[in-house]
Amino acid sequence: MLQKRIVVCLDVRDGRVTKGVRFKNNVEIGDPVALARQYYETGADELVFYDITASAEGRGIMIEVVRQVAAQIFIPFSVGGGLASLEDMRAVLLAGAEKVSLNSQAVKNPAILREGAARFGRQCIVLGMDALADEAMPSGYRVVINGGRTPTDLDALDWARQAVSLGAGEIVLNSIDADGTREGYECRLTGMISRAVSVPVVASGGAGKPEHLLEVFQEGSADAALVASMVHYGDYTVPGIKAFLAEQGVPVRENIG
Amino acid sequence: MSVVIVDYDAGNLRSVESAFSYLQEPFRVTREPDDVRGADRLVLPGVGDARAAMGVLEERGLVSAIREFLARGNPFLGICLGSQIILDRSDESGASCLGILEGTATAFDPGQGLKIPHMGWNTITPRGDHPLLRDLSRESSFYFVHSFFPNPRDPGDVLAWCDYGVSFAAVVGRGNLAATQFHPEKSGEAGLRLLRNFLGWKP
Repeated sequence: MLQKRIVVCLDVRDGRVTKGVRFKNNVEIGDPVALARQYYETGADELVFYDITASAEGRGIMIEVVRQVAAQIFIPFSVGGGLASLEDMRAVLLAGAEKVSLNSQAVKNPAILREGAARFGRQCIVLGMDALADEAMPSGYRVVINGGRTPTDLDALDWARQAVSLGAGEIVLNSIDADGTREGYECRLTGMISRAVSVPVVASGGAGKPEHLLEVFQEGSADAALVASMVHYGDYTVPGIKAFLAEQGVPVRENIG
Repeated sequence: MSVVIVDYDAGNLRSVESAFSYLQEPFRVTREPDDVRGADRLVLPGVGDARAAMGVLEERGLVSAIREFLARGNPFLGICLGSQIILDRSDESGASCLGILEGTATAFDPGQGLKIPHMGWNTITPRGDHPLLRDLSRESSFYFVHSFFPNPRDPGDVLAWCDYGVSFAAVVGRGNLAATQFHPEKSGEAGLRLLRNFLGWKP
């Protein structure tokens, strides 16, 4: 049976993971490659790197990070943040990432989804979408861009469907309302999008404890769940979350050998 | 050169290279038919479209080189698209394929309410005890991402099954040929073990 994925998210600025991480052992604090390796060894099913810097200079640093990660971890990972052209996408994929994640750029230039899918295959094109509850929208959610700062005219459900028809092979759906609260994923939003599209949906934003993952898998029909703070700060571990989910009957990859 | 990886412009070469580097196994990535013919072990990776892949293989003279390699009896490993284009044909754009194993690459039926592609980790059920699958736990999971799957005519060519609403062949093979629909190079320690098994396989 296909298992529910736990995706660990790492925000990278100037080649360093930006979230303060409480570390044990002798792992260098904030080094994305060491962190990636640690999460690989403890059973993360997938990793996502967001390049917060996303400048031309930062891009070069990120490519080097991607190369080093690809040499040491043997699970899929995606890279997002400021990818604006097929050449940007190609550089990241050639460096060893499985997928590229497009967010604001896909809203500004939807054709990039189609062109990316045609060139690299839709399995590597991820739509990153930030949604904000808004009663004025038909689905009840508005798409926002530029890290949640800029509202768009797009309805979240419409945009999800359109992006999939253009070529997105997966959607990482981030609730701006839930993000950072650690009070749980936005299950209503996640379920609505996940049941409406044919591609996998990764729930993002709001994870604070393992019960939240259970909710978003069961009520939110999520195919995968993204976690960050709850594992970075050491409150929970990936194996601990998986053991809890398995007890509750959720299929997860527990045997990582 | 121990391992030769066929470059036919079909993605994910870097991941396969990384895995063999990590295993400290010398390898060569090539588009030259002579390298393919003379290889000790051949890997046919790939992500992408079956018709496009076959077009490139033919254009580079790699189709006959792969057949000649196989005739010498050395171990062959296909990965993902490489497990589909070894069949007679693919339902993906109706492409004619290598015809090394009898059968067709078949699409998942979207009518079953399944998300397509089948993307993520899934367990497999081996048939028998093929050397490629040695020392893998029954609970081992592998990483899949695909919309088509290998559907050999002879069920005897299925080395392991996988369940995604339908039961489909996750590993196929015969003689010195084996191919996985999943990505061993992205399947963590279980995948690395399978690649090590391939390196030690003496068909």
